[in-house]
Amino acid sequence: MTQPLLLSVKDLGISTVQDPRTLVNQVSFDIGLGEAVGVVGESGSGKTLSALSILGLLPRGVEVVSGSVTFKDKNLLTLNNEELRKIRGNEIAMIYQDPMTALNPVMKLGKQLLEVIASHGGINESSQNQVRALLSEVGIPDVNRAMESYPHEFSGGMRQRIMIAMALLLSPQLLIADEPTTALDVTIQQQILALVSEARKKRNMSMLWITHDLGVVANLVDRLNVMYAGRIVESGTVEEIFRKPKHPYTAGLLSSLPTSTGTNRERLTSISGVPEKPWLVGNSCGFAARCSRAQARCHSEVPPTVITDNSSVACFFPLGGN
Amino acid sequence: MKIPGLSRTLSVLATLFGISIFVFLVLRVIPGDSITGAFGIETGALTPGQIAELRVYYGIDQSLLLQYISWIHSFLTGKLGFAYSTGVSVATLTKSSLPVTIELAIIGTVLGVVLGIAIGMFSAKKPGSTRDFAGQLFGLLALAIPGFVLSTGIVTVMANKFHYFPNGYEYMTPWENPWMNFQQMMFPGLVLGIAVAAPVMRTTRSALLETVDKDFVRTAHGKGVPNNKVQYRHVLRNSLIPIVTMTGIQFGYLLGGAVIVEKIFALPGMGRQILDAIMKREYATVQSSIMVFAIMFVLINVATDVIYRKIDPRIKK
Repeated sequence: MTQPLLLSVKDLGISTVQDPRTLVNQVSFDIGLGEAVGVVGESGSGKTLSALSILGLLPRGVEVVSGSVTFKDKNLLTLNNEELRKIRGNEIAMIYQDPMTALNPVMKLGKQLLEVIASHGGINESSQNQVRALLSEVGIPDVNRAMESYPHEFSGGMRQRIMIAMALLLSPQLLIADEPTTALDVTIQQQILALVSEARKKRNMSMLWITHDLGVVANLVDRLNVMYAGRIVESGTVEEIFRKPKHPYTAGLLSSLPTSTGTNRERLTSISGVPEKPWLVGNSCGFAARCSRAQARCHSEVPPTVITDNSSVACFFPLGGN
Repeated sequence: MKIPGLSRTLSVLATLFGISIFVFLVLRVIPGDSITGAFGIETGALTPGQIAELRVYYGIDQSLLLQYISWIHSFLTGKLGFAYSTGVSVATLTKSSLPVTIELAIIGTVLGVVLGIAIGMFSAKKPGSTRDFAGQLFGLLALAIPGFVLSTGIVTVMANKFHYFPNGYEYMTPWENPWMNFQQMMFPGLVLGIAVAAPVMRTTRSALLETVDKDFVRTAHGKGVPNNKVQYRHVLRNSLIPIVTMTGIQFGYLLGGAVIVEKIFALPGMGRQILDAIMKREYATVQSSIMVFAIMFVLINVATDVIYRKIDPRIKK
């Protein structure tokens, strides 16, 4: 890693409060200054919870039970509410999965955007212009009208653009994107990806991109973490992972992707079985039950994360050998 | 061409017309009439000739249709009919009794809404906690104890034990004697306020708990908005629709409750006017007073609709 660190997640564990069930286990990853990092995984793999825990936005009934989240020398998990509030929307901003529900339906958009500025230092004469500038940057046509409108007057794609404008308003150093394109159709998805990519380069902003779609992150991020059943099973640069996946799960994911160059008629391969619940994994590799390479050991021991150079893998029998 | 509010006005008029027929018929279905109402058991001593004369006097010798038309005519021209026992028009009676009931209704509603929302917020802050239990206990008790029990309880304790019963004196309007008026209105207002507060509290609590898990609330926290502002601007603001609906519905019950409460606390309002008129079978007084209540309820409903549009931009103008 060449860049200095901006955010470092170490051994993060998340579990339900009542009847404790592990949802995220020993998750560690780093984000360098200006770097874009992706987290890929299926529904229920814990990727969204990991992202939400950074800003302390976990839903009721779920809590962080171990680990640390270090952002510029501060452990975000030990900050009090007010200290954390000052970072939210200011130094670290977030965009969410469903733009249809992420905006307050009874508040004018201009007011919702200005609220970000108001919460971090207050509004002055230039604030309105600041909001207008960002709305035009994200491609909102009639900016003045948009500020006087309510969310229901816009389509999903437009609302996600507004969410992005809201996140970029105070030029955060880190943008956390929790599947922001999942709820949108494919053409809009591409527009949003291009928009975020450009905005990021312009600001030299770091980014954490959560997705279940490897195709989405391929051209967007520098490094990739693959999550399965609450753990990170493989991490590395995008090139490495796409070219030489080590974990059987990553390989399975990649072979299930349609390629634009592939000869038609080929059937896409799928991984048989269903993902294991993170709290049922216990002392085994979570993927063992679905893995063609699994042996007795995989069912009785947790594979340790083996770090080599720039990448890591948690598998006893990785592809390409150790 | 579309006239704004036309269909709404028509439906309101249809509702009021329906109510007028219903009230008119119900009064005539119940046993007894104006004569037995006025003479009681002495009715039996009247000769058929006297009864026939009295029927003419009270106007009940006419056909039902003619009686209805003559009442509606009197209602629409503003006299609201004639109250035989007092010898004045129902309009004259209502002019002095309506302000009492309106004052009581305002006190009850304001008290109920403020108390209900406050306790609802107090409860919803930590669901399942002791404070939530206390709030819910209030809600259940307030729902379970009928207004007449609470009223009689207050009267018994205050008058017998503490010899404090301002309602024992002649009723004072706020203009004549504001301090006395306040003392006389305080307890009946409280009884009605508690009755309104219970359902408002329960609605507030459940609406808040539902809204607090919405995505946009998370967005607001993620923007770094201070928690108290998130609660008021985002959570409470989005919970107002069911609260307003419940308040509008409670207003109807409040008018019904006023009938009992006014009687117990000896307030010369519409409620007592209706109750006394029912006993005497003063047809015009009962009919017109209930129509006035119906108009008030309809107006409150129109007001709720206007408030909906104010608080939720998604409702079509």
